Amino acid sequence: MKHIISIKDFGREEIDSLLARAGAIDAAPEIRKTLDGKQVALLFFEPSTRTRMSFTSAVSRLGGTTITVDSVEGSSISKGETLADTVRVVSSYVDAIVLRHPKEGAARLASEFASVPVINAGDGAGQHPSQTLLDLYTIRQSMPLKGIHIGLLGDLRYGRTTHSLAYALSNYDVTLHTIALPTLELPDSLVTELHKRGCTVQEHENIADVIPDLDVIYTTRIQRERFPDAASYYNVGESYRITPEILEGHKEGMIILHPLPRAGEIDPRVDALPCARYFEQARNGIPVRMAMLEEVI
Amino acid sequence: MQNEPRGLLISPIKDGTVIDHIRAGAALTVLRMLGITGQTDEELSIATNVTSMTGGQEGKKDIVKVSNRELSKEEVDRIALVSPQATINIIRDYIVVEKKGVETPKLLSGIVKCTNAGCITNDNEPIKSAFEVTEEGLHCLYCDTVITTDIESHII
Repeated sequence: MKHIISIKDFGREEIDSLLARAGAIDAAPEIRKTLDGKQVALLFFEPSTRTRMSFTSAVSRLGGTTITVDSVEGSSISKGETLADTVRVVSSYVDAIVLRHPKEGAARLASEFASVPVINAGDGAGQHPSQTLLDLYTIRQSMPLKGIHIGLLGDLRYGRTTHSLAYALSNYDVTLHTIALPTLELPDSLVTELHKRGCTVQEHENIADVIPDLDVIYTTRIQRERFPDAASYYNVGESYRITPEILEGHKEGMIILHPLPRAGEIDPRVDALPCARYFEQARNGIPVRMAMLEEVI
Repeated sequence: MQNEPRGLLISPIKDGTVIDHIRAGAALTVLRMLGITGQTDEELSIATNVTSMTGGQEGKKDIVKVSNRELSKEEVDRIALVSPQATINIIRDYIVVEKKGVETPKLLSGIVKCTNAGCITNDNEPIKSAFEVTEEGLHCLYCDTVITTDIESHII
């Protein structure tokens, strides 16, 4: 039985194979009914409307059906049941479980107790492999992953999407350029791990300095709560804002990604530029999640 | 001036395990790591801050003797986390039949509490904490937190 818990469990070949499967789905989605007669439980113990909607859509497009828990209130968890018990019980109802949970490692635990495949749809500040895979898929639509220069921008300390993406890209001999907010640099432990995996990591203070080198800009939401007051949030946020002006002189074919929702990190004027791929990236959540479901069920 | 009389602080045991060369002051932590608490019924002798001669140098050490129980290598290796110099002597009929050092195990299960409050292992779930021992420290297999310092204070 196969689970999808963390991108760290994936080697390069497995990633490539899953992305290829997503590509095949994208090319001819209407003929796939691989989940015909199958039911998937979407256990969402913290709110995440889009991830839930896209998994629901993915199951439905493969011909399957879903049953959903979308809050702790009203579920047996609120009565004090352990996640382990919940997962054991729900396993007997369905063919797979998609789990979103506020605690890190929850999906790993679920996979130990479930008798059906578990897909991690985000566990707290931990792993969110479907996001990473759709990020990789979106990059691969525009360029091969091998050897690219990618700029990671914003809150790199707490942003799990950037951590997972950086880890996954370390399979592809990439160069990571980090442009972090002050005090919000990539954790040292991750940088050490990336170096060990043969990845080059270069730190920069200013986005403009590195724009001409980048094949991909990956920017994330800057969270207001990381700043002492609204003014410093605004000031710092402004200096990390992607605008058409700052993009001048970018490499041909460069693309901009953002896991969305955004909060002012990208000027809306950028949306009309051909390099803006974040809405395409969100759309790619469907074929990638369809591929993940096919992979495990 | 007369020399202080030297003698055995704790008696030899007939059968069981002697853990020697424990870092001074770590004996109680070692017992906790071995699951030997006030609730268990092993016959124990503990000596702490005993003068020791190691490599010609005088120092202090702790000793723990557990009667009538031969601790396996798997059981005792975990104490390498707090006392890598410790030695294990298996005693049968007052004779040391086996002497070995301790090696840090690759995996630690249920020994150390994860420092990440958001880790599922800190919830009321029927699982034990699980860490991989790496060069950097202890890597939580559930939440990926790496504990690099003060491991002793996180022992369950």
